[in-house]
Amino acid sequence: MNTLQEVENEYLRSDLPEFRAGDTLRVHVKVSEGDKQRIQVFQGVVIARRGTGTGESFTVRKMSGGIGVERVFPIHSPVLDRIEVIRRGRVRRAKLYYLRGLRGKAARIEERREDRPQKKAPQSAS
Amino acid sequence: MQGILGKKLGMTQIFADDGRAHPVTVIQAGPCLVVQRKTAEKDGYEAIQLGLVEERPPRRVTKARRGHFEKAGVAPTRRLAEFDVDAEDESKAGDQVKVDIFSVNDFVDVVGTSKGKGFQGVIKRHGFSGGGATHGSMFHRAPGSIGQASDPSRVFPGTKLPGQTGNVRVTKKNLLVVKIDAEKNLLYLRGAVPGPKNGFVAVKRAKRG
Repeated sequence: MNTLQEVENEYLRSDLPEFRAGDTLRVHVKVSEGDKQRIQVFQGVVIARRGTGTGESFTVRKMSGGIGVERVFPIHSPVLDRIEVIRRGRVRRAKLYYLRGLRGKAARIEERREDRPQKKAPQSAS
Repeated sequence: MQGILGKKLGMTQIFADDGRAHPVTVIQAGPCLVVQRKTAEKDGYEAIQLGLVEERPPRRVTKARRGHFEKAGVAPTRRLAEFDVDAEDESKAGDQVKVDIFSVNDFVDVVGTSKGKGFQGVIKRHGFSGGGATHGSMFHRAPGSIGQASDPSRVFPGTKLPGQTGNVRVTKKNLLVVKIDAEKNLLYLRGAVPGPKNGFVAVKRAKRG
């Protein structure tokens, strides 16, 4: 392993759960206001995950008062307090940018079942 | 002590405690050995000559070089460079120089050789804007007029024209030292540094802190 990777490994976080595009997350973010620090929660669907090493980041999208809000978080940033995976989603692409054009019923994501990995007939979207 | 030699390992991004990400260049700096102490009375100026100690020592050394290193009592190195010092500087041949000459939040200047880009036109070399690509434009990447007509009947010296780009000595000034790893001899500098990965660089204390 080269030295540059060793340098990056020092900064990588291993305490966060596994997740991928389509999953619904609750992201707890540390926010400092002046000298005080509090935790802010951002809940939404992961629509993208990109990059490698310390530069890896993910995008979370939620609807807030009828308006789409997206936030990009660096995965390995110390600003992230913790991440909760609320729901796993079954999606067929890595980047869900198409959700930006959809709302309401059309923007739903089917739940992913981990316990039955073998192939089965595609369920109709319920 | 004013400077150290090193090898650019590459760039990455590291996080500060407050969550801010720093774009950093990691430099494997030193250890270096003083090969010669130049003095005003003998050499006309004050300096130290450093050699960069690397994992692989040079396989062939010219006789002249070998004699030079033997005089210092130092194993031959591939790279040598001089750094200015004050007349009171007491370092002598054989002394070791490590990254601990710098500390976090210092500012440094980095000297290196920029990546060679070959013979380039004026757009890449001087940032000319060029012409339209389509819509009947017949002027694309040419330099345009390079001067006037019968008076002065010549092109002025210094006119920006195509030519060799890169592969020149470049000094990047006032880079912040973000972190130092004394054990692994690593310097973390905020921002980019001239040259390719594994390129040879000299890191000096910034002239203007």
